[in-house]
Amino acid sequence: MPQSMQPGDAKAAEIKAVSIGKTFGAFHALKNLSLDIGRGEFLTLLGPSGSGKTTFLMILAGFTAPTTGRLVMDGKDITDVPAEDRSYGMVFQGYALFPHLTVEQNIAFPLKVRGRSSADVKRKVGEMVERVGLIGHEKKLPAKLSGGQQQRVALARALVFEPSVLLLDEPFSALDKNLREMMQQEVKRLHQETGTTFVFVTHDQSEALALSSRVAIFNHGELLQVGKPQDVYERPSNRFVAEFLGEINLLPLDTVELNGETAAGKFEDRTIVLNKSITLAGKKAVAAVRPEHMFISASPQTSDCNAITCRVEGATYFGASTKYHLRTRSGTSLAVSMPTASTSPIAPQSDVWVSWPVHQGFLLPDGG
Amino acid sequence: MIGKTITSRKILLLAPLLLFLGLAYVVPFLGVVRWSFTMPEVGLGQYRALMTDPLVQSVFIRTLRICLIVTAAVLVTAYAIAYVWVRGSSVQRMLAEFCILVPFWISVLTRAFGWLAMLSNRGLINTWLQSAGVISEPLALARNELGVIIGMTHFLIPFAVFPIASAMRSIDERVLLAARGMGASRTRIFWTVFVPLTYGGLIGAALIVFVFALGFFVTPAILGGGRSVMVAELVYLRIFQSPDWGLGAAISVVLVLFIGALLALMRRFIKPAHLIG
Repeated sequence: MPQSMQPGDAKAAEIKAVSIGKTFGAFHALKNLSLDIGRGEFLTLLGPSGSGKTTFLMILAGFTAPTTGRLVMDGKDITDVPAEDRSYGMVFQGYALFPHLTVEQNIAFPLKVRGRSSADVKRKVGEMVERVGLIGHEKKLPAKLSGGQQQRVALARALVFEPSVLLLDEPFSALDKNLREMMQQEVKRLHQETGTTFVFVTHDQSEALALSSRVAIFNHGELLQVGKPQDVYERPSNRFVAEFLGEINLLPLDTVELNGETAAGKFEDRTIVLNKSITLAGKKAVAAVRPEHMFISASPQTSDCNAITCRVEGATYFGASTKYHLRTRSGTSLAVSMPTASTSPIAPQSDVWVSWPVHQGFLLPDGG
Repeated sequence: MIGKTITSRKILLLAPLLLFLGLAYVVPFLGVVRWSFTMPEVGLGQYRALMTDPLVQSVFIRTLRICLIVTAAVLVTAYAIAYVWVRGSSVQRMLAEFCILVPFWISVLTRAFGWLAMLSNRGLINTWLQSAGVISEPLALARNELGVIIGMTHFLIPFAVFPIASAMRSIDERVLLAARGMGASRTRIFWTVFVPLTYGGLIGAALIVFVFALGFFVTPAILGGGRSVMVAELVYLRIFQSPDWGLGAAISVVLVLFIGALLALMRRFIKPAHLIG
């Protein structure tokens, strides 16, 4: 059976977006965006609302035509191929299930469109229902299902015809936290099982980091950075990416000096040593450190660590971690997040040292 | 307590209408019900006559036939107009609005005579076709059932457009996009997704049109030319031309009961608010 495909060896596609631009009247929704989407990868488009991530997804789907630029799939130009001929799976925000069709009929729809035999449709739908855990719900209408179950139907319907690309537009935004985490694991599993190229849009940074093989961060219609979750989180190329991906402490530095792999600058009266992950045009720069990479102690840690003095202003208890709010002598505020279990409470208004390993801090251009 | 005061205030707002309905419809209709049992003598005689009189039977059957044909014709036309109105370009939308609203502004009498001018033997259509040499004898377009159907269909289209358009507007655009994304052609999306999602509007429209059509009087009287009498006209003839008030009253009662049953059926399928759009 040449056309029957086992999960895992689906025909995943690679897509190259070349200088894609999209304007709506005078508004530039996307500016000269180039991005390679690898075969079988899980790429997340991350950004605040209005950043262009959904516009880009709609262009990938073929629902929106780009104003400029080309889309190339597996070496073939598909810029002008309409959505119905691209045959990508798509999961919409709000699921967009057919309200008049049962679970089974919803999942069967793309197969019937393709003229599959009724025996083939029945078998595939049965497999898919089982794979997404909807056994017993086959005859129900979408309105009778919970949010999570509707989500599963949407995933099953988008994957049943073994598309080469699956596009997901903020699929979990309507789910509560626990269900959302469960569905994230489900989507991750489906990605591994099918091997299909997944392109996922979200504005939730933790979701992006948890799911993706790569994250593309959008803002104001521009692609700011693409990379593995760990790279973009720990080595953001600019301040927007650094701040969008999670809380970050920024310490303004005087007289930055670059020495090969590292950079050194002065903060208050201490010398701060950092990774030099970016090329710096001017001499103005900030040291950026994530709150969970810093720790509080009574005396400065010196082995491969930077340390500054601070006063504790307060603490917020988050269960697994506790976040301390501090202020440096020159008035810069800092947040330090420490595991609750391994630290004894620190009294407010006490003077302490805040330290972090040299390799955890990085340099960012000031103001940019 | 607060809810109760608001409710009683709302009823106060409705009071003039309820009073009017009571005085102008309910009370007189109770009189009609009484006639049907008392004229010319007390008993069920008129209802028995209604069941056996071949003339009354044929009028009822004709009325049902005309109403069914009109309903079908109205639904098809109104669906097309509603589609353009909801999903067309801005120019198309304006045109559709024109088609829907202009008939509303012209009285039913004017429109019936307008159709007569179009359809009669020496009307516009027959004169054109004869002078163009397409036909030698005029087509029988008016003063028969066909004329009645054409006139009634035209009158009732707007009433069907509103519930259908309302159903079309409530379709989630993403559902149609999803179907496209799965590779479905436009024809397939229309018949397997779009139309089924408007069934509620179609049922509502069908019932409204059918119920309205059952009581039609002016249009069949003018365009039927006395040759295709419908139930409402029969009531008129019984009461005003042959002094047979009892039978006219009995026919009215049956008609009202039938319409009441249809309206009750409609309420099960569709919320009244959806009919207005």
